[in-house]
Amino acid sequence: MPTDTPILSLAGITKRFGGTTANKAVDFDLAPGEIVGLLGENGAGKTTLMNVVFGLYRPDEGIIRIDGQPVGIATTADAIALGIGMVHQHSHAVARHTVLENLMTGLPGRKGLLDRRSALRRLTEIGDAYGLRLDPDRPVGELAVGERQRLDIIRALFRKARVLILDEPTSVLTPQESEGLFSALRALRNDKVGIVFISHKLNEVRAITDRIVVMRRGEVVADVPNDGKLTNVGLASLMCGHEPERVVRQPRQRGEARLSLRGLRLTDTRHGGAAKAPIDLDIHAGEIVGIAGVSGNGQVRLAETVAGVEAAAAGEIGLDGNIVRDPSPRRMQAHGLAYIPEDRIGAGLVGSMPVRENMVLSRYVEAPFSRRGWLDWQAILDFARRQIAAYDVRPTDPHLPVGLLSGGNQQKAIIARELAFSPRVLVIAQPTRGLDVSAIAFVHRALMNLRDEGCAIMLISDDLDEIFQLSDRIAVMYEGEIVRDTPVEEATVPTVGLAMTEGRMAGRNAA
Amino acid sequence: MRLVARPNRNSPLRDAMMPVAAVAASLLICAVLILLAGANPLTAFGIMAKAAFWGKFALTETLARAAPLILSGLAALVALRTRFWNIGGEGQIIVGAMAAAWVGALTSLPTPLLIPFMLIGAALAGAALAAVPASLKTRLGVDEVVSTLMLNFIVMYLMQALLSGPWKDPVTGWTNSPSILRAAEFPVFWKGTRLHLGVLVAFLAVGVVGVIMKRTTLGLSMKIVGENPRAARHAGLDVTRVTLAAALLSGALAGLAGAGEIGGIQFQVIASISSGYGYAGIVVAMLARLSAAGIIPAALFIAAITTGADEMSRQTGVPFFIADAMQGICLIAVLVAMTLSRYQIRFRTSPERRATP
Amino acid sequence: MSIVDLVLDTGFFAAAVRLAIPLLFGTLSELTAERSGVLNLGIEGMMLSGALAGFGTASATGSLWLGVLAAIAIGMTIGAVMAVLVVNLRLDQTVTGLGVSLAATGLVFYSYRLGFGESSTPPSITPFSTIPLPFLSDIPVIGQVFFNQYALTYVAYLLVPALAFFLYRTPAGLSLRTVGENPQAAAAAGIDPIRARILALVVAGGLAGLAGAYLNLAAFGSFTFGIVSGRGWICLALVVLGRWNPIACAAAAVLFGAVDAFQLRLQASGAVDLPYQLFLALPYAATLVAMILNAKRAVGPAALMQPYDAEHR
Repeated sequence: MPTDTPILSLAGITKRFGGTTANKAVDFDLAPGEIVGLLGENGAGKTTLMNVVFGLYRPDEGIIRIDGQPVGIATTADAIALGIGMVHQHSHAVARHTVLENLMTGLPGRKGLLDRRSALRRLTEIGDAYGLRLDPDRPVGELAVGERQRLDIIRALFRKARVLILDEPTSVLTPQESEGLFSALRALRNDKVGIVFISHKLNEVRAITDRIVVMRRGEVVADVPNDGKLTNVGLASLMCGHEPERVVRQPRQRGEARLSLRGLRLTDTRHGGAAKAPIDLDIHAGEIVGIAGVSGNGQVRLAETVAGVEAAAAGEIGLDGNIVRDPSPRRMQAHGLAYIPEDRIGAGLVGSMPVRENMVLSRYVEAPFSRRGWLDWQAILDFARRQIAAYDVRPTDPHLPVGLLSGGNQQKAIIARELAFSPRVLVIAQPTRGLDVSAIAFVHRALMNLRDEGCAIMLISDDLDEIFQLSDRIAVMYEGEIVRDTPVEEATVPTVGLAMTEGRMAGRNAA
Repeated sequence: MRLVARPNRNSPLRDAMMPVAAVAASLLICAVLILLAGANPLTAFGIMAKAAFWGKFALTETLARAAPLILSGLAALVALRTRFWNIGGEGQIIVGAMAAAWVGALTSLPTPLLIPFMLIGAALAGAALAAVPASLKTRLGVDEVVSTLMLNFIVMYLMQALLSGPWKDPVTGWTNSPSILRAAEFPVFWKGTRLHLGVLVAFLAVGVVGVIMKRTTLGLSMKIVGENPRAARHAGLDVTRVTLAAALLSGALAGLAGAGEIGGIQFQVIASISSGYGYAGIVVAMLARLSAAGIIPAALFIAAITTGADEMSRQTGVPFFIADAMQGICLIAVLVAMTLSRYQIRFRTSPERRATP
Repeated sequence: MSIVDLVLDTGFFAAAVRLAIPLLFGTLSELTAERSGVLNLGIEGMMLSGALAGFGTASATGSLWLGVLAAIAIGMTIGAVMAVLVVNLRLDQTVTGLGVSLAATGLVFYSYRLGFGESSTPPSITPFSTIPLPFLSDIPVIGQVFFNQYALTYVAYLLVPALAFFLYRTPAGLSLRTVGENPQAAAAAGIDPIRARILALVVAGGLAGLAGAYLNLAAFGSFTFGIVSGRGWICLALVVLGRWNPIACAAAAVLFGAVDAFQLRLQASGAVDLPYQLFLALPYAATLVAMILNAKRAVGPAALMQPYDAEHR
């Protein structure tokens, strides 16, 4: 166990955003050659704290020390100069620039010119030392998600980072890629680099870290050595302050097929053209089908295609046994399909508009909200009030711009809108991403009630726990196709995980 | 310097006061300009106010001058609400004026139809011209900012070419189009003033646009497309059609402004038929905070500046162009005020200082 | 005289280059701003201000070069104002740029009246004369077209490769491009996007002012209200046409200089019996057509028109 002076030490860090306090008098130490896991629910303040260290946010109070010396970190340039490197959850790289250009960005160069040669040399060195390799001349836009993350780590090492902050690094990685990342991290630890590993994946944190710090509501609530005695349940209750509430799924006889996909080929956003293989999938009344998969394997596109937002490259979508011709969002909705997109404020709501308008965003052209093009504001307001009350959206003022609501209440508002007319089919993507514990429980209960009432639900989520908890069947998406589709009773985390990473081959073997 | 969101972001009173503050700030800047010209700003503003509002003639002149500004402001409002950057109001006013002048000179048309057809023709011409950048945007992705600006110049030179070619006055040789028929001249509501039918049309248009934006599904669709086109698409709106509808409405309103100038003021096309009304419309719309109700006071204010500046220039020698400068300064001031109503400015304090407890 | 004869002499090409230079300065100005992620609709007003500042200073001091410096200075000042508005205050770039152009235009006309009164004959100055470059100007045809020009033209020649070199070969250029593509990525790499954008706008303002100064100190020799008349806005289209690359942008500017030279020749020749205003409309129509032809292929900096908010959550 390293016992040197902390390489990084935070004392009493407080950071406020408007009225909310994201970090409350946080103390945190990191020794050289130590990997510390920073655990916490979404919104617990982990990322905010590390953004303060990296100079992206300025703390309202508190002291940062590097090697025991108090330092002022006003900008990211200050942080980098002090040897701090950060790898963000979503890669901060310029898609149109090459790997090497991205690595050279922000470096001083030589005699006022970009120093390509020494950058190449350094890239080779890092590849040799830590097994982190990339083609220098490829545009970053062509890299896979895992490769982009490797780029970000290489970039931090390029700047001789002694403190490396990784923000949820494995959320976009396959288990294999994660293992590669871990061996690189162990090599870095041997070189006395201090590493902060932010995550909410308990197994990984237990596997890789030396010490675990747990945050809740902006405060550090536990700081314990990872001595092998910690359990997932213990950590989870530290993270949310109580035993997490779990929705119980009652076995239920499924009904007739409500949503049928036949030979559906998705369009491929990254490369153009269509997905390799067609999708055939039925979702029945009273059934939740969880779509698992590593982020970026076509789940978003599947949701948008089924919802009629994007056209399919080929194939048919059937609702209640009838093929929908020329699907559009309006047409799918008319057939009883409701859709809740993953990007709430970007695609599901108009943030600058009041809750009232957002409650009827997809329905105001119909009676009773309008007749012959004339809006009936009273009907809209009554409806909005009713739904706000029914789904406990807070604050309850229907005239408030929806963008001012918390993430959980925004999601409640969308659910209130989409479930208002008892949909026969629901497509919902990442229903609880970024929500706090109570909001997650609310959303899970709402989905389970809907299922018990006989709705057919397609649940797309990156969170395997959520998928296993709610689904009657689990389908796995890999490169735009469904490679595995089994009842939940026949699925295990390892088999599903394997199908997520290796596609159909693994799916066959497991089945 | 950085912006910090105000804790209470939803304050109707602050929102309402904002354009007032913007106007006050621009008047202050203009006072400095007037000082530079060697005149007393208070005297100068006094002359302006008197020339714009004092007495029947001044008041009605300001109203008459406000009419094209109201219509052009409404045109900008509809477009900006939908985030269709129609900066082509100038060109659309000109084609509206040309259409009205052409219809108004038609001897083959039954007399009672002349004026309605002038209005319809002008609206159609404006809408048709606005449809060009709108379809270029929705079909080909051509940026409408540049295309509408280019069309302004193209239309202006085409009009001037017509005026010095086919439309040149055969008798005097002046570059004015033939005058419209007597029967095509807009009726005047108050004898001895220029309070013509076009002014009424402008005020009616405020009501119509207000109702469209507030009470119809089209208006709500335009606002949704303007605020968040992606959410609009997810909610099943046809973004292309809504954009096109907004462009057509915007162009038609601008076209009507041209008709008013022909039927009520000039009775023929002259080279300076729209001296910047199109651009001023954007100022009016922003001053009105993109609300139809605010268009009338905003347009009256800009009209008062121009009528007032004329007289002030005559009496004090301060160049008339103070009015042009004022419009631009007002536009910037109102944008700044809109931001300040939601954010506070904090100047950078050193993090070390604040980081120390 | 046929239309072909109109364009087949060195005089025409020399005129094309001469008329291209203000567009070139303007296009490089707009390119600099847009590469940092800011659409500069204020360019029209900056060019006009540069024109008046250049002309006013030159006629007051008798020094053309002081006029050039004044034009650059006023352009940089307006660029700084624009930067405070759209970078610091994050105002909408389209409406703000328009406002800056409107305000600058009004202020220029106002100042002109204050400085020069209402005389019906506009005052004029002796503009720059051409300087044939030794040896280079002796090359047949090319020498007369390219190397018997104004000093400012030679500055423009140097500026094109210099800007290209800056953007693609220096760390600062890479930083600027990164800010325009993804300011968050730039911040993560230790670059201050706010500072980069402010600097870009100040430089862009200086270049736009220079473009304005060229118009009357080199091309026309006098100031008129219509001296810029949309040239700044044409530059917006030329940047798209040149795909945000200095070399291609220079080619686009020369092409449009040729269009301008062509319409002037057509007017002067009387070869076609049409009102001259139709010819005046030609450059704008050509711009529109070029934008249509180029539409699907033009992809600008990814963060263009997106304000950068450091503490965005």
